[in-house]
Amino acid sequence: MTSKSEHIILSTKDLAIGYTSKNSKNRVASNINIELHRGELVGLVGANGIGKSTLLRTLTTLQSPLGGSIVLNDKTLSNFTSVELAKTMSLVLTEQIVSKNLSVFELIALGRQPYTNWIGTMAAEDMAMVNKALKLTNIKDIKHKKCFELSDGQLQKVMIARALAQDTDLIILDEPTTHLDMYHKAYILKLLQKLAKETQKTILFSSHEIDLAIQLCDTMIVMTKEGVYADEPCNLITKGIFQSLFPKDLIDFDSNTGSFRVKK
Amino acid sequence: MPNKNTYRLTLGVLIILLLLCFITNISLGSVSISNSELLGILFGSSEESALHQIVFNYRLPKALTAIIVGSGLGVSGLMMQTLFRNPLAGPFVLGITSGASLGVALIIMGSAFFGGVLASVIISKWSIVIAASLGSFLVLLSVLIVSTRVRDTMAILIIGLMFGSITTAIVSVLSYFSSAEELQQYIFWGFGSLGNLTWNEVLVLFIIYFLGILLSLTSIKALNTLLLGENYARSLGLHIKRSRMTIIIATSLLAGTITAFTGPIAFVGLAIPHMTRQIFNTSNHKLLLPAVFIFGAIIMLICDSIAQLPTSDYTLPINVITSLIGAPVVIWLLVRKRKMVF
Repeated sequence: MTSKSEHIILSTKDLAIGYTSKNSKNRVASNINIELHRGELVGLVGANGIGKSTLLRTLTTLQSPLGGSIVLNDKTLSNFTSVELAKTMSLVLTEQIVSKNLSVFELIALGRQPYTNWIGTMAAEDMAMVNKALKLTNIKDIKHKKCFELSDGQLQKVMIARALAQDTDLIILDEPTTHLDMYHKAYILKLLQKLAKETQKTILFSSHEIDLAIQLCDTMIVMTKEGVYADEPCNLITKGIFQSLFPKDLIDFDSNTGSFRVKK
Repeated sequence: MPNKNTYRLTLGVLIILLLLCFITNISLGSVSISNSELLGILFGSSEESALHQIVFNYRLPKALTAIIVGSGLGVSGLMMQTLFRNPLAGPFVLGITSGASLGVALIIMGSAFFGGVLASVIISKWSIVIAASLGSFLVLLSVLIVSTRVRDTMAILIIGLMFGSITTAIVSVLSYFSSAEELQQYIFWGFGSLGNLTWNEVLVLFIIYFLGILLSLTSIKALNTLLLGENYARSLGLHIKRSRMTIIIATSLLAGTITAFTGPIAFVGLAIPHMTRQIFNTSNHKLLLPAVFIFGAIIMLICDSIAQLPTSDYTLPINVITSLIGAPVVIWLLVRKRKMVF
């Protein structure tokens, strides 16, 4: 094994994803081969309906793959118990949390659930982890606020802190920048980049902010109708992958600026 | 956490309040008993006076039942509200009351329908308890069987309500064909009553209630995790189906048994958690569940004291008091705070 493959956190081999109904398989995408390394920020992009959510749902065991294999930390994903998985992979979802009456601190502390005892008592180590997450995301000043008092941007930082407190090798975020203004979109993605570097966690997020992702990600996974490509952003630009991302009638990818332009 | 001490202090005050309410509840009634007399009866010589009889065979079991009912229904209401992510949920959303009503209706009014066999059954206290338990157990079992086929917790809520509608319809059919006397008996059961339980009945009630409370305590962590929503809870390693089942079984033990012994007590299970949330502004079940427990017991003791209409010979149905006093209090609390904390 090379030194690089030792740092692989998540890999898929010939993965096929989609939905099974009673007598048919609806294949959304297949032949997905990706490798995510330790400390990498990985952006997942693709047009609406191409299967980004299906891929994330499959990687997070919300649905099972139609074929191929997923290996997380040298262990097949389906062999994880739910608590083991909770200690290896944490999520930030698009759905709203149910109780906004939780304080920021309480919410982040819930990230320690896989480690605490039957009634959820916080040990000194758990407290340290929560405080570390508060510090890394720079939200110490709002830790006693209730969630309903927060702006969307603040809430997203809190949800990221909660995932950090779960202390997992892999953090998966489903469209973390929706509902945010331009500044906060950049802020959140920049924060993710910093966290990946500082904590050496692997961070995978799906997003529609392709130009921001190109600037910030170590690796990008691009889902197109022709196939799924994973590589460094500059290599993907050279290979012309982004040109095939969307139908060509309205917008076009400009390789020089690394962004999309509306056709005149 | 800075508010932990305030919380302990408030909880301590509530416990003292509970003791006061307990004493007051025992001393009030058609015969007024002064505090010194009461102490004499409770801790003093074992004289076989009339007051001694009243306190030990009537008021003490009634006060204990009030504590069991208030805390049990409050806790199960809290669990249902969190499980179904719905502030309008109460202990009876799973069809427990409607099942109990069906069982009791069948035994009281069924004779007109089925003739000889049931008519020969003597309608005693225990037969009504057994009928109510069987009824709520069967309806709950049907809800559970159907709910194992659905993934969505919301669907269980609706299935519970639908089963409630079905049983209500059957009870209506039964009452349409029954005599005025039977109808009256059924309606009296529906008023709810804390009063006529013997020590044996209180003991049986307590044992099952105790099991239910134990199960609730083991669900505290799961309930807190569910505050994030089911997908987050799953990602934190929670077995959703197993926790859901534990919470539902705890609720059925609590609400089902209480309903079987005291009749359907309206409103308490829904309102107590909301009233408690107004005092303890938290969603953490580790704090909320004990608070709901004690607060529910206090409210039920107060409601029962009022229902006694102290110094008069009349006793109002407990259901009237819980709704008449509880509903305006909740409205007032919500208007004052201007928001529903959940």
